[in-house]
Amino acid sequence: MAATPRDLPESPAEVADALRDASYLADGSTALIAFLAQRLGKPVLVEGPAGVGKTELAKALSRSTGRELVRLQCYEGLDEAKALYEWNYRKQLLQIQATATARGDESGPVGMGEIFTEEFLLERPLMKAIASPDPVVLLIDEIDKTDQEFEAMLLELLSDFQITIPEMGRIGATTHPIVLLTSNNSRELTEALKRRCLYLWLDYPAREREVEIIRLHAPDIDEQLAARLVEVVDMVRELDLKKPPSIAEAIDWARTLILMGADDIDEKTFRESLSIIIKHRTDLDLVAEKIVPRLGQTNGAGSSNGTG
Amino acid sequence: MTGTPKGMAEQLLTFSEELRSEGVAIGTSEIQDAFRALEIVPWTSPVDFKESLATTLAKSPKDREIFDLVFDRHFFRAAEEAALEYSPEGGEGRRARLSDEARESLDMEVLAEAIREAIEAGDESAMNELARLAIEAFGRQGESSGVVGVDMQRIRRGLGLSPSSEAQSGEGDGTPLDRDQIARFERQLRRELQRQQIQKQGQLPPARPLSELNRALPMRGAQDLAAVHKAVAQMKRRLATLGHDPRGAKRGRTVDMRRTMRSSLETGGVPLNLKYRPRRPRKPEIYVLCDVSTSVSSASTFFLSVLHALHDSFRKLRSFVFIERISEVTHIFEEERDFSAIAEQITSTGGVADISGYTDYGRVWTEFLTDVSADLGPRSTVIVLGDARTNGRPPAEDVFARVAERANRTFWLNPEPELYWNYGDSVMSAYTPFCDGAFECWKTEHLEQFVDVVASGKADAATTTRKYTSGHRY
Repeated sequence: MAATPRDLPESPAEVADALRDASYLADGSTALIAFLAQRLGKPVLVEGPAGVGKTELAKALSRSTGRELVRLQCYEGLDEAKALYEWNYRKQLLQIQATATARGDESGPVGMGEIFTEEFLLERPLMKAIASPDPVVLLIDEIDKTDQEFEAMLLELLSDFQITIPEMGRIGATTHPIVLLTSNNSRELTEALKRRCLYLWLDYPAREREVEIIRLHAPDIDEQLAARLVEVVDMVRELDLKKPPSIAEAIDWARTLILMGADDIDEKTFRESLSIIIKHRTDLDLVAEKIVPRLGQTNGAGSSNGTG
Repeated sequence: MTGTPKGMAEQLLTFSEELRSEGVAIGTSEIQDAFRALEIVPWTSPVDFKESLATTLAKSPKDREIFDLVFDRHFFRAAEEAALEYSPEGGEGRRARLSDEARESLDMEVLAEAIREAIEAGDESAMNELARLAIEAFGRQGESSGVVGVDMQRIRRGLGLSPSSEAQSGEGDGTPLDRDQIARFERQLRRELQRQQIQKQGQLPPARPLSELNRALPMRGAQDLAAVHKAVAQMKRRLATLGHDPRGAKRGRTVDMRRTMRSSLETGGVPLNLKYRPRRPRKPEIYVLCDVSTSVSSASTFFLSVLHALHDSFRKLRSFVFIERISEVTHIFEEERDFSAIAEQITSTGGVADISGYTDYGRVWTEFLTDVSADLGPRSTVIVLGDARTNGRPPAEDVFARVAERANRTFWLNPEPELYWNYGDSVMSAYTPFCDGAFECWKTEHLEQFVDVVASGKADAATTTRKYTSGHRY
């Protein structure tokens, strides 16, 4: 472990503060797990519905620790050559020919050791995270999109932070990366992978926290309006939608409302700006049917709730 | 173990042991992680303590649920026992604090009023106290059913707490409570009920209570969801590599430039050995048709769990359920992860709303042939899960034959013991000639057998079938 102790946080509260400075409001357990991840040097598996800020957490960690973010976006069919490393064979061929011409005929063939070196290695994200001289934050995004075989390949990396290249031997991490894996829970991950990770379940934040988050990212918004907005978004999330509005979309909506100069969400503003948070045809219909009539009625309850 | 107090190590080990007995898979490395975490987290803060354990030990939302319950059971009870030892009347005192007059009259209206006030004030500890009281009050009336959900309903009704504001304003006192506030109280109520139940059953060996409480899958005891998943995982591996023997060797193979050049480095840049692109095992496309009619109702839960497991392993999987008509349910599996939720959605809104409730295989094949079979191809595997009981309707085996012909392979899993095939209205023998294999399948072991047979290859599937399930009548 090359990171010096002074780089590591002393307490969960310190992590929470650092994340807040990086514009991420972490709740108690998120901060605690981010803290543990750094102190124990273990990868974190973050699961939860889409749009609760899983990827954002990694970005915020990278900002708050001043580490570079290395991101591997997973997809079906992702393989070693795209995730770990690949030999740059064109360059190797050129090297062989160049050496052969320069040496003439008298010297022997070009040795293996000359062409299988780091110079000819094309680094892919995982390799880059391991080999980087400065500690990084490694984000393996949407791991559930890959096949189980790929998970198996990750095991060596996640437990020992090393990669074995047949021609060169093992490459170990010189610095200890913070590793975050995110999953939208579309498939059960293997036990072996889970065993190596700390586990964090992120859900939609509580209303008060979401109001805070929105005011942090859209500082111009009126407090009353933010509370009202979160209330409506919450109602929408309770419906059985194809794609419930994410936190990012709620923030976008807040910014839109500011631009529109709205000071309350009434039926008209809601209809006009609906497309910011709802992205499916069928969802639009459902929301129009279920939420729009409730807007007038909950308005009273909402504001009395806010003041009382 | 420097940071942890004496005795904590044993406490944690018993706790992990308890979690294991509830079915949470915990490895030694995970316990070590928990210890390491507790060395750097102040274990004196209850929340941090619990979260540290949770993040190292519970690795899924389901596990977390179990973790929370076991955590409460384990550490709460430890605390309460300690309190009892400390002062003899400690156990009673805690309960009596708020309730002296309320307990005597046990008047539901008084109680409801107090609860409403507490909810309004958002006083969590008062709510907790009142939740205990409410449960106690109902217990006195002899209404405790022992089922958390049922008790919840009764207490909720008895207290007249209702989320809609209209019902509240009808009583005319105070501001109406909103749904969140009531939900908060009900959470307390539920926790308290669960806790009491755990405590009641705490006398039993610890393996029992939770399994019944929270993880009761609607399936027969012997059939563990995990076992099904394991068998299906094997199946995946075998199906993927199956039936792809290089036909017409090397014909149409393409040279892999990258690998050829790479290997030519060994010969000084002269490409002596041609490298070919490996023939990727084609990803099988699987079509599963699952009978969910009443005649197979006991087995269909098992089949649904097979489907559930299949969806984890195969990307290209389309699933259908049928009774009288057929309905695609692939999207339900894609959207929902929780098994019981899936089972409920399929039975309620799966789209197999039938009038008669009787299976009509003939109609199902016809519908499948017209709607789906255009997609069937040489990569497709069709798996039918059903009992082949047609209720006297035409079996339409000719239509089934055309489906089987279009697909590469067709398998039939029958939830009935082979002995009952072809008796009564079962027309299994009409279909078996068109299948690459037909198997009885009402236990996880049968599923494994099926995997074995499938793995032994298509060519002699019929003979192997005979070997594995004796006395086949084709």
